Amino acid sequence: MIEPRLAAPRLSVEGLSSFYGSFQALFGLDFDLAPGEVLALIGANGAGKSTLLKTLTGLLKAPPGCIHHNGECLSTRTPATITRAGIAMVPEGRRLFATLTVEENLLIGGHVRRAGVWSLEAVYDLFPALRAKRHQLGPQLSGGQQQMVAIGRALMANPDLLLLDELSLGLAPVVVEEIYRALPRIVGPGISAILVEQDITRALAVSDRYLCLRGGRVVLAGPSAGASTAAIIDAYFGVSA
Amino acid sequence: MIWINALVQGLLLGGIYALAAAGLALVFGVMRIINMAHGEVIVLSAFLTQMVTGALGINPMLAAVLILPLMAALGYGLQRGLINRAVRSDPLPALIMTFGLSIIAQNVLVTLFSADSRRLDVGPLATASLRLMPGISVGVLPLAMFAVAVAALVMLHTLFYRTGAGRAFRATAIDADIARTMGLDTDHVYGLVTAIAFALAALAGIFLGIYSSFDPFIGPSRLIFAFEVIVIGGMGSIYGALAGGMILGVSQALGAQINPQLQQLAGHLVFLAVILLRPQGLFARNRS
Repeated sequence: MIEPRLAAPRLSVEGLSSFYGSFQALFGLDFDLAPGEVLALIGANGAGKSTLLKTLTGLLKAPPGCIHHNGECLSTRTPATITRAGIAMVPEGRRLFATLTVEENLLIGGHVRRAGVWSLEAVYDLFPALRAKRHQLGPQLSGGQQQMVAIGRALMANPDLLLLDELSLGLAPVVVEEIYRALPRIVGPGISAILVEQDITRALAVSDRYLCLRGGRVVLAGPSAGASTAAIIDAYFGVSA
Repeated sequence: MIWINALVQGLLLGGIYALAAAGLALVFGVMRIINMAHGEVIVLSAFLTQMVTGALGINPMLAAVLILPLMAALGYGLQRGLINRAVRSDPLPALIMTFGLSIIAQNVLVTLFSADSRRLDVGPLATASLRLMPGISVGVLPLAMFAVAVAALVMLHTLFYRTGAGRAFRATAIDADIARTMGLDTDHVYGLVTAIAFALAALAGIFLGIYSSFDPFIGPSRLIFAFEVIVIGGMGSIYGALAGGMILGVSQALGAQINPQLQQLAGHLVFLAVILLRPQGLFARNRS
């Protein structure tokens, strides 16, 4: 095993392709992510955003040698090993364990017991609404509170790379606002994030860099500050300028 | 009085039926696998117990201390080495695989132990009884077996709802993919669940082997009882299985009281009635 280099990027993806059976969903993706950096994934449905996140968590197989995390190769590892290495996901649609209480959901998230600042108390401090509902089941909570549980569950693993898939899916704008207000308290101090978000303006506002995907390929990338929304929309739909 | 006696005997036998069903329900609940070889696990445990009691000259109840860990280890090994390959959203491959295992097990058993019918011998304990009140007495042994069965089910419930391991089992049952991204080794979880199921089945196998005779081909009939208990009690509830087992036991005992030939039929009829009137089971937990 290679010793992690000091200056290794948090995540380094090189020539990453991914398949569902014989259907190829990702075509040779390349990008890096620095510690503390937030990357926004932008793209239409079917562009490959969720596929990329699933591949990073090991739920989909990646070709050997394509994914390095803190200098360590994670392709071909099991999802459990990858989580122990420090990558946690908030899945699309939240996917809470419906017959487990809020607190049990969080404790499952903490199963890997990585060292770090996140604990039950820290999650309840971040989302005070959850403290009173700790013994209720997921489906008894509002959509926004369910999303908070899903985020808290991922944080309990004390990841250094957080994958956030469509946090705003099915939530009222005011709730989305509340969830995103918590984001600066989550990422930043050494925790990087990759964020899938349909709202391009919001995606650019909360990220350092963006990656626009179409048909499983990167069609546009750059720093989020000062990015041209018009150029991104063109890349998004595949309209040549 | 004879009716009350029959009722009590039925209740006690029902605890053991619940034990036989618990392992089947557990494996289905967590992995969505219907283990068609569950009856053979029960029967194999009885044969192994007879081997151990014969070789060491000990009581079958004591032999359980040896047989339960042995069967748990067999369950873990079988799950990780073989059945895990068939765990997927489609339940059919695992169903066919365990059906095959059931047939293999029957033939291995008949080769090793012959087709002779046997029974586990517990010595003088078999006839000891307690008089509850005039006209009503219960066997010490059935009472002890019932108590052990209920204790085992209470332990199972506690494990599932009060411990970290149980939390991991339940999370895996609901969404194995997400459980994996939380760092859970689901292959290991499946192995542990099958180990527990085999240990419960082993205990049921020993108790049923004391109650009635067994032979290499009686597994499917044990499996039917386990299915009926689960359907009557309702899937996914441990105490529902206990209630289901007792209802089946009482139905059989009362049926036998009317006419000895009615014993099995009475149980099947109650099972059919539940399927018709309340297909989700009498004690099913509401799933939202």
